[in-house]
Amino acid sequence: MEVAEGRGAYQTARKAVLSMKPEEIVRAVTASNLRGFGGAGFPTGKKWGFLPKDSKKPVYLVINADEGEPGTFKDRYIMERDPHLLIEGIITSAFAIGSHKAYVYIRGEYVQPFKRLQTAVDEAYQKGYLGKRIFGSSYDLDLVVHRGAGAYICGEETALLESLEGKRGLPRLKPPFPAVVGLFGCPTIINNVETLSCVPFIVKNGPEWFAGLGSPGNGGTHLFSVSGHVKKPGVYELPMGTLLREIIYRHAGGVPGDRRLKAVIPGGISAKILTAEEIDVKMDYEGLRDAGTMLGSAGVIVMDETTCMVKALYTACKFFAHESCGQCSPCREGTGWAFKIVKRIYGGQGSVRDLDTLLAIAKGMEGRTICVFADAAAWPIQSYIEKFRVEFEEYIKKRER
Amino acid sequence: MANITIDGKPYVVKDGVTLIEAIDEARIPLPRYCYHPGLSIAGNCRICQVEVEKTPRTVIACNTRVADGMVIHTRSPKAKESQRVVLEFLLANHPLDCPVCDQAGECKLQDYYMEVGLYDPKFDEMKVKKTKKAFPIGPTVMLDQERCILCSRCVRFTDEITKTHEFGIFNRGDHSEVDVTPGKQLDNKYSGNVVDICPVGALTDRDFRFKVRVWYLKSQKSVCPACSRGCNMEIHYEASRPYHLQNERIMRLKPRENHEVNQWWLCDEGRYAYRPIDFNRLKKWKMPAHGGQEEADWEKVLEKLAFLLKGTGTRTNGRWALIASPQAANEEIYLQKLLFKDYLKWADIGFKAPGQEGYEDDFLIKRDKNPNSTGALEIFGLSEAASDITAIVEKAKKGEFAGIWVRDHDLAKVFGEETLRIVRQRLQVLVYEGTNGNPTADCADFVLAGAAYAEKEGSFTNFQGRVQRIWKAVEPLGDSKPAWQILTRLAGFLGLLWNYTKPESIFNDLARETPAFRDLSYKKIGDQGVVWRKSSASLRGA
Repeated sequence: MEVAEGRGAYQTARKAVLSMKPEEIVRAVTASNLRGFGGAGFPTGKKWGFLPKDSKKPVYLVINADEGEPGTFKDRYIMERDPHLLIEGIITSAFAIGSHKAYVYIRGEYVQPFKRLQTAVDEAYQKGYLGKRIFGSSYDLDLVVHRGAGAYICGEETALLESLEGKRGLPRLKPPFPAVVGLFGCPTIINNVETLSCVPFIVKNGPEWFAGLGSPGNGGTHLFSVSGHVKKPGVYELPMGTLLREIIYRHAGGVPGDRRLKAVIPGGISAKILTAEEIDVKMDYEGLRDAGTMLGSAGVIVMDETTCMVKALYTACKFFAHESCGQCSPCREGTGWAFKIVKRIYGGQGSVRDLDTLLAIAKGMEGRTICVFADAAAWPIQSYIEKFRVEFEEYIKKRER
Repeated sequence: MANITIDGKPYVVKDGVTLIEAIDEARIPLPRYCYHPGLSIAGNCRICQVEVEKTPRTVIACNTRVADGMVIHTRSPKAKESQRVVLEFLLANHPLDCPVCDQAGECKLQDYYMEVGLYDPKFDEMKVKKTKKAFPIGPTVMLDQERCILCSRCVRFTDEITKTHEFGIFNRGDHSEVDVTPGKQLDNKYSGNVVDICPVGALTDRDFRFKVRVWYLKSQKSVCPACSRGCNMEIHYEASRPYHLQNERIMRLKPRENHEVNQWWLCDEGRYAYRPIDFNRLKKWKMPAHGGQEEADWEKVLEKLAFLLKGTGTRTNGRWALIASPQAANEEIYLQKLLFKDYLKWADIGFKAPGQEGYEDDFLIKRDKNPNSTGALEIFGLSEAASDITAIVEKAKKGEFAGIWVRDHDLAKVFGEETLRIVRQRLQVLVYEGTNGNPTADCADFVLAGAAYAEKEGSFTNFQGRVQRIWKAVEPLGDSKPAWQILTRLAGFLGLLWNYTKPESIFNDLARETPAFRDLSYKKIGDQGVVWRKSSASLRGA
């Protein structure tokens, strides 16, 4: 707390709570072009605006810290290294949306981030920055850090709410959306850790400053988690719209041993894969959408020429088959079915016809389920096979008897 | 109201209804597994996909609300493709054991495969194995986890309707399985309903399994006689191959939808109460031996009985009493009233056995285990207190009656064997009319074997004053006869000129002469019943 305050922490939250109107903050966030950094990229101010205006029920703010997307480890950095920034963002945002109770739902495996965040929360309570009449104002805010139990699907916001309520983490049918019927049946806003960590800067430096950092419609900077075959893996804070090539070669130091780049997943394992020829793409929501993939959680997974795409798909399919909640039939059956086929191919028992079956399964799963998990599971199958079909066929034929 | 188009035809529907409600109202078939109108919307099976114009993807009809101007297609290539794809997923891990599955013939996986499936299967892997196959999860229901498609209807039924929470879904992904929660078994008053709502062969009825293939079953509408609610139901019977079934005809009872009475449900007490229709039945009349080995038949029995009732038999000069039955149909009670009360002027008439009330809850099950107490009270014109048969039995014990006519009741069960013995001793004539044997029938002079409710037409009046019809499913067993036929013939021997040829004509007279039933007819009652004219405040228990 001492170090954080020495660097100006909580000054923005204090100013907001003591001297600003909630609507001012909402307006600033809307104008800043801040978009949800959890993966969907929904404009944050617009999301806040979905709260019913005349509801007599309490409003909850839920912070999604269930960072489970393979290849993504940015929120962890914030919680481990600057937890007070997140808390300040939560205070400012909760005040803006009129919430008096916030929950951080943190991934169960995140032991160290949990400990650091909980310590920071305790410090903030001691200082009077959380709890009753914070900063000496008339505004109360309680913050609870709740640990998940290890299910990827609990990062899906409505499954997260179910889990937070003590139930099985199954995504809910929408509508109704959480802003209207959320946690415990009350209006609820769910934001990602990184998203809320931007709010103090927006309030402090103004929305124009924040919007100016990024690309059109994509405010601010973004934390890119870079992993895989790069010389300097890590988390990089870069403006929205930075070129993928620049991230890999300039910031992350390029491919080790100067081997050839083969493929890149730009936004966590769910995002469609890009080939080495496709990396001159702007890393923002529109740029990647136009390239046929998505920014997602900005988890950049770099694969060089030594990577076996069959094995890469095997790993992805195994993950999705393991993590499907099992609620919707296309996803429950499709992820398991696809994994069995890919496993068979990987084990040398495949046939070329299997590739078409896989594509048919992926197409069948897409867009027919309650949440987007099935889509996320389908995209790797589609993109790996479509972009590396020759490799898949050679792999199969080499092992055919 | 919203104007919508379904499959090219315009419909006007209420604002805010779901597409599946609109589609069901339009009587357009659409596959569904998880959707059930009596349960919350789960939206997990994904089969009810329809195409909505100007929407890029197909949507599930169960969780999409209508909007004015919506154009919906349930059979378009896009919609059918979506339904087909989802079905292929549902069947991927489903065992191909239809020939040995008891659900075959009424399985929605089979039905929809024929309607929207018909694909060449692509699944070439080992299916997921699950642990519980043919596993009893309670006294009435058997679970097969591999056949389960995880629609969660059973989970929602026990969560939302019975609130007993026996079921859960355990594990994740394609290893998900339905089971009872550890330490629990499925044992509540409504367990059997989970079998009805299970769209596949995962939950089967231990009482019914492998008794008969469902395509041999015939169905008749009926009303449950096991309590005063009168839940609407279907009698499923097998009349064509009795040699396979040791002459058992009634195979099972299933609930029939009626929103005013039982919605979609039937309690276990009623569901498994069908055995007396086929077992321990009285199949033949009995009369006192007279003049050696004389050949008798129904005619002779009733003629002799009429002779005694008229009091021309010297030994039986004196008072008679009627112990009627709230198990009897309105029509039968009406004939009893005409014959015994109005014509023979019997003053001692009752029907309610004391101390026979049972379990009651705030859902379907009523304390009064008879289907027609309300009708009997009204038709005999009795007060609740006067309907009690205790007074008649007390008088009989003192020898005040020459004869008693008992319908259905077993006096030994209600008052004890000793009381039956004394009453019997003091009576000159005991007439027993009923469907099933019991100690009272055993010691009667006359036994008039009656047809069971499944063997005749008629109507019951439930506790709400709702008059509901029953229909004939099977023929009267042996020489038994519907009570209205017995009473009509007997009336003939007593010199009355009744020309009732069917229960409907009796009901028409009843409706004409009994204010509560006024203006009712079989046509008006239909198959959902009608509440009579009497104000609800005057109803029993209201």
